[in-house]
Amino acid sequence: MLENRKLILAHFWLAFAAFGLALLMGAWQMFVRSPLYTWISNPEWYYRSLTAHGTVMGYVFPTLVAMGFGYAITESALKQRLVGVRWAWVGFWLIVTGSIMAMVPVALGRASVLYTFYPPLIGNAFYYIGVVLVVVGSWIWVALMSINLRVWRRTHPGEPVPLAMFANVAGSYLWAWTAVGAALELLLQIIPVALGWRTTIDAGLARVFFSWTLHAIVYFWLMPTYIAYYTIVPRAIGGRLYSDTMGRIAFILFLVVAMPIGIHHTFADPQVGAGFKFIHSAFTALVALPTLLTVFTICASVEIAARLRGGRGPFGWIPALPWRNPIMLAVAFSFVLLGFGGAGGLINMSYQLDSAVHNTQWITGHFHLIFGGAIVIMYFAIAYDLWPHLTGRALPSLKLVRTQLWLWFVGMIVTTFPWHWVGILGMPRRMAYYDYADPAIAPQAFSVTLSAIGAFILLISGLLFLFILATAHRQPASEASEYRFSLPIHPVRSVPLALNTFAIWVALMIGLTITNYGYPILTLAARSDTSVPAVYVGAQ
Amino acid sequence: MTVQEDHHGAEVAVRTEKRWAIISVLIIILLAVLAAFAGIHRATMPQARVETIDPTRLHVSGEFVESNLGSMLESNGTVTVRAIGQQYSFTPACLLVPAQTPITLRATSADVVHGILIQATNVNAMLVPGYVSEQFMRFEKTGDYLMPCQEFCSFGHEGMWGKVKVIDKAAFAERAKNGGRLSCVGE
Repeated sequence: MLENRKLILAHFWLAFAAFGLALLMGAWQMFVRSPLYTWISNPEWYYRSLTAHGTVMGYVFPTLVAMGFGYAITESALKQRLVGVRWAWVGFWLIVTGSIMAMVPVALGRASVLYTFYPPLIGNAFYYIGVVLVVVGSWIWVALMSINLRVWRRTHPGEPVPLAMFANVAGSYLWAWTAVGAALELLLQIIPVALGWRTTIDAGLARVFFSWTLHAIVYFWLMPTYIAYYTIVPRAIGGRLYSDTMGRIAFILFLVVAMPIGIHHTFADPQVGAGFKFIHSAFTALVALPTLLTVFTICASVEIAARLRGGRGPFGWIPALPWRNPIMLAVAFSFVLLGFGGAGGLINMSYQLDSAVHNTQWITGHFHLIFGGAIVIMYFAIAYDLWPHLTGRALPSLKLVRTQLWLWFVGMIVTTFPWHWVGILGMPRRMAYYDYADPAIAPQAFSVTLSAIGAFILLISGLLFLFILATAHRQPASEASEYRFSLPIHPVRSVPLALNTFAIWVALMIGLTITNYGYPILTLAARSDTSVPAVYVGAQ
Repeated sequence: MTVQEDHHGAEVAVRTEKRWAIISVLIIILLAVLAAFAGIHRATMPQARVETIDPTRLHVSGEFVESNLGSMLESNGTVTVRAIGQQYSFTPACLLVPAQTPITLRATSADVVHGILIQATNVNAMLVPGYVSEQFMRFEKTGDYLMPCQEFCSFGHEGMWGKVKVIDKAAFAERAKNGGRLSCVGE
C-alpha cells in the first residue's frame, strides 16, 4: 500500500545520485594520494573533495535513505496513508536547498574544513548554514514519523506496533537527539564566528559537542540496515523472524546506549579528563550488545529459512540457503563486513589499543568497513527490494544485481583491509599525498596501491547499482504484490508496554546523555580562558 | 502443529535466546575488565587533568617560549620534551631523546587543531589550541622515527612531518650536561 511512491522515489534517487558523485570523489582521492599517481597536484583540491565526500556521505546520503525508507515503512507497515505529505516535501526541498548551499562554497574552496568542521578552522558561513538546513529537513521527518505512529495508535489502541515501524521511530528519535550536539556546536559556536560576529572560539568544547553527534550518527546510519535485517531478510529468503521481542530490545538498546559514548572519539584530546574517558569507554563496550543479539536472531532466522527448504544437520543447512537471492547474498556480505568492522570497533573502544591507531588510516579503514561495507550494502538490498513496488516494474536482471553485490563486497575488502594495515604502520589520515620515496614510508606504498584498486572496484559497483535502478524504470509494467515485512515464527499477540512505547527510553537516552556529557560540557563552557582566535579558511 | 507444540517451541526459542543474551553480556564485561586491567597494569592512561594555555601568548612568556622548547634533562634523571605544533610544522622539527629513560612530552598548538603521532609506537596525542597535552613515553632502543601531524590542519597538512631521534642514554647525558634545551634540528 505505497501511496506516495513519488515522494519515496525522490528521496531514494536524490540519495543515490549524491552517493554516486561522492563515490566518484572518493575513488579520485584514493588515486591521487596513492603511488599510482606520480604527477604533481594541488593538495588544496584534495581537501575540497574530501570535505564534499564526507559531507555528502555522512549527512546527505544516509539521511535521505532513512527518510525515504521511513516513509515507505509508515505506509506499508501501518497500512495507512502518510499523514503530512506536504510537510514531507518541505523537508525534502530543505535538504536539496541545504545541500546545494553547502556544496557551492566547498566547490569554490571556501569551506575546506572537512565534514567534522574542526574549529578554530572556519569556512564560509553558507557551508554551515547548508548543513543546518539538511538537519532541519530531516527533523521534519522525525516529527512526521512520531505523528504517524500516534495517528495509528488512536485507531489501534493497545495493539503491538509493527516491528518495522517501532524500529523506524526509534531510529528517528535517535537521530533527533544525536544531531543536537553538532547543532549546538554550529549554532552557538561556529556560525557566529563564520558570520564575523565573534572572532574567538573554544576548540576543545566544540570537539566535545561534535563527539556527541559523531558516534551516535553511525547508529542512525545503521538503523535502516538493522531494520532490513529484521523485517526484510527473513521474508525475502522465505523464512520467519526468530524473535520479534529481541528485535525490539535491540532497537531500544541502540536508542539508549548509542548516545552517551561519543567521548571515545576524544581519547587523545587534552580537554577531557581521564574519568569521563573511562566511563565512555565502558559504555562503548555496551553498544556491542544489541549487535551481538541481532547477529544471533538473524542467523537463527536464516537457519529457519534453510530448514524450511530442506536443510539438515548442524551446518548442513547453510548450502540449502537461497544463495541466488540477492537479499541472501547482501545479508551474508553485510554480516562478514560487520564482523570485521565490529572487531575493529572493539579495539578502538579501549584507550590503550586506540592510542596505537588513533587518527591513523586504521580509523578510516574501520568506518569505511562499517558504513560503506555493512551498512551501505543493505541500503542496496533495501532499494532492490522496494524498487518493484515503487516503480511497478521488475528489476531488469538478478544476475546483474548479484554481480553488483559481489563487486561491492570484494571492493570493500580490497579497499579497507590494506587501509587498516597501513594504519597500524602509523600512516596518518587526511593527507593529500605521501612521500613514498622516504624509506620509512616506502613499505606502505604497496598497500595504498591495493586500496586504490579496491576503490575503483567500488566505483564500478556503485555505477552498476545506479544503472540497474535506472533501467528498472524502463522495464515492462508488472503488478507488484502488496509490500510486506517478515513475520515472526511465533505470532506476536501482545507486547509489554515498555516494548511498545518510547517515553521511558527517550527519557533514559536524554538522562544518560546529561550524566555522561553534562559535566565535561559545563566545565568547559564555564571557563573564559579557553577561547582561541579563529583561523579563516580560503580567505586570503 | 498443535497449539501446545507451538507453545513448547516458543519456550525453547526464548530459553536459547536468553542463553545467548547472557553470553553476550559476559563477553562485554570481559572486554571492559580487560581494558581496565590493561590500563592499570601497563599504566597507559589518558592524561589525568585538563591544563589550559593562551595560544596567542605562547611566544611571549611561559612554558612554551622558544628558548624552552626541546628536550631537557631533569635532576631526577627523567627527560621533559616541550614542543608546539603550528601550520605546518612542529617546533622543534626533530625531537632528540635518550633511550631507556622515562620521558614526559608536553605539547600544545599555536593556531588550529594538530596531532602528534610517533610512528611504530603508541605515542599519540591531539594538540588543541588553548590546552596542553601531556604524554609519558619511553623508548627501549635507539633509532629514528617519523612524527607526522595526524589531524587535518588545513591545506598544508600533508607537509607537516617531524622526526624523533632516539640516542644512547650516555650520549644524551653528555650533550645535556651544560643545561639548555636539546633537539636534533639540522642533524
